[in-house]
Amino acid sequence: MTRRTCFALALAGLLVAPELAFAEDTVKIGVLATFEGAFTVLGEDGMRGAMTAVDEFHGMVGGKKIEIIKGSSDASPDSAVRAARKLVEQDGVKVLVGPLSGDEGLAIKDYAKTKPDVTFLNGSSAAQDTTLRDPAPNFFRFSTDGAQWMAGLGDYAFGQKGYKRVAIVAEDYSFPYTQVFGFMAEFCKAGGHVPAKAWVPIGTKDYSSVIAAIPEDVDAIYVALGGADAVNFLTQYEQAGGKAPLIGGSITVDQTVLTSKGKIHDVLIGTPSAGPTADSNPSPQWKAFVDAYKKQSGAFPVPSLFAHAYYINMKAALLGLQEIGDDVSDGGKRLRATLSTLTFETPTGKVSLDANRNAIADIFLTEVVKLPDGTLFNKLIKIEPQVNQTLGIPRDEFLKLGKVGRDNPSCP
Amino acid sequence: MSGLLDAVRPRGDVALLERVGVGHIVLGALLLVYPAIASEFFLIQIAAYSLIWGMVALSLMMLAGYGGMVSMAPISIAGIAGYTVAIFGLNHTGVHGFGWPFWILVPFAVLFAALVSALIGMISNRTEGIYTIMITLAIATGFFYFTQQNYALFNGHSGFAGIDAPKFWDINWRDPMPFYYLCLGCAALSYAAVLYASRSAYGLTLQAVRDNARRMRALGYDVTRHKVLAYFYAGLIAGLAGVLLVWFNGRISPGTINVSAAINVLVIAVIGGIRHPIGPFVGAVVVVLIQTFAIDIVGAERYNTLIGLIFLVIVFVSPDGVLGLWEKVKLRTP
Repeated sequence: MTRRTCFALALAGLLVAPELAFAEDTVKIGVLATFEGAFTVLGEDGMRGAMTAVDEFHGMVGGKKIEIIKGSSDASPDSAVRAARKLVEQDGVKVLVGPLSGDEGLAIKDYAKTKPDVTFLNGSSAAQDTTLRDPAPNFFRFSTDGAQWMAGLGDYAFGQKGYKRVAIVAEDYSFPYTQVFGFMAEFCKAGGHVPAKAWVPIGTKDYSSVIAAIPEDVDAIYVALGGADAVNFLTQYEQAGGKAPLIGGSITVDQTVLTSKGKIHDVLIGTPSAGPTADSNPSPQWKAFVDAYKKQSGAFPVPSLFAHAYYINMKAALLGLQEIGDDVSDGGKRLRATLSTLTFETPTGKVSLDANRNAIADIFLTEVVKLPDGTLFNKLIKIEPQVNQTLGIPRDEFLKLGKVGRDNPSCP
Repeated sequence: MSGLLDAVRPRGDVALLERVGVGHIVLGALLLVYPAIASEFFLIQIAAYSLIWGMVALSLMMLAGYGGMVSMAPISIAGIAGYTVAIFGLNHTGVHGFGWPFWILVPFAVLFAALVSALIGMISNRTEGIYTIMITLAIATGFFYFTQQNYALFNGHSGFAGIDAPKFWDINWRDPMPFYYLCLGCAALSYAAVLYASRSAYGLTLQAVRDNARRMRALGYDVTRHKVLAYFYAGLIAGLAGVLLVWFNGRISPGTINVSAAINVLVIAVIGGIRHPIGPFVGAVVVVLIQTFAIDIVGAERYNTLIGLIFLVIVFVSPDGVLGLWEKVKLRTP
């Protein structure tokens, strides 16, 4: 019986592990990214982006040392909320940068509403409704959303490439819905048709049935798949003898996919896409950013858009903190007031926020080309300046277009 | 084994103290005063979360430990109860949400989950050992993909958000302390029920079925009915845990019930030990602590490796999990 008592005591002791004490001279910032599952590579590059911003400040902000605490999710909304809770409630961060993917962003926005004293800055998640409908007053997105990223692509595919009928293969969650919405908004308006859409679950390994179901008479296939999913689809499409040209979603032709090995290279060359970055951007700011990013271990030849988005949001957080002298003792009120009006020059041009705290920034139309050394990169075709979340359409009209989803929009 | 030994002990006249056991009383008292010393995070994210996972794993422990049926589906059963709460209760996703009051909703969800569990029991009844694992894993995987791709009923990958725990008696049951006691109450009830059932005539018969089904059949017992009933009871526990889980997260999506979650339940049960109902709870505490804090110890890139290694070490040192380790220590110290 005494042994049982000992056991019970040990168990209880385990449950009341001491809370860690932190020195006052550090600024704690939580970074929430995906280090598990299909999007691991993406999350790791996001982390590199965030650390590039921290390094730019030499690890100090307003005279205090920056302490980064990492949280990991597996791209599911539940795991993102759990990781965020740990960072906020256990580690006590007052500023949190993240998460990575669409549905996670929606979940974190909901969580943010329950923690009004904590300031949330988006990572790279890009679902439209994270900020468009029912936003959280303490959630900021200095990176643009998935529909904004598509600015210019629909017109380019219809007008320049002459694609009239396009089939869609995309992952089945809020971010690809947003991307498809952005693409189709222009493409359908220009007169194009989308006869078939295939929505596949994240982590799909076998695409044979999807490939077989693509109609014969389409001019091109619009692919919005991320990470391992994109690689799997492209490899299998190539093996199946697919000949239709591709149009890429922003993360489908990202460095996280372009750097993977195999025959997908041949399939991807010439694929037009659009997004918040262009690998061949000639601006000196971009080149300086690429050099700074490359100092991170394991870096890609060019930062992916995840690195870019985490960099932008982390930099915004640090600029905000610097402005207010790291004083978040008022529950972060001044920090949020500062962030709301913050405008700064990024490696990809000016960024500012709208009333819903969503970014207005430049978008880049690109095409995949092969360099002499065999690596792939995105060649800049055109810059769409200062795209806002409603894609230039008046807000009321834009909201009437409805929530993004599997069936919205539609132009068969 | 210990369950059997406990059961044959005469229990007619022994005092209540003896019957409940001093260990239980001390543990219960500690758990009751735990909120006084724990931070909010440790109260909810560690303790309440462990109790919920412990209940899901208890459902598996009951099937595997007493019935010899290793099911991979307890998390799916919990998910069914959770989705039932989301669909028939209130959510702010804008899909379904019929707004049933909780006192109809919760019993309905738990009972429905238990019935589905019994159905899984019937399906897997003709299998044994590794084949039971395979068929229940297939069911769990199938259910995961079904929820992920079905938008009309389950709202696909996004699932349901904004599910609130009820408020009654002027208490918001999602507030940290009430929620902890709610989880503790449910867990204690499930634990006591399993312990009691294991010593009852039904429980003893089930254990005999586990040890030799053919002999029990020859003796005239309805083996199938015993097994399906075990699935039903296990479903009640998993279903209750599912309701708590959806209140805990405030949301449910396919990520809650995916294959890694199903494996997680098995890992918890194995780490804790499946020979006594306390095992799953011990395992849940260990796993939740590792999952929460491993990232601080080894960094973001390798923490899954650490979780795997700890699992490996525990199983290597003691095939019966932490519980077996405890018994070893007990044997050595006179």
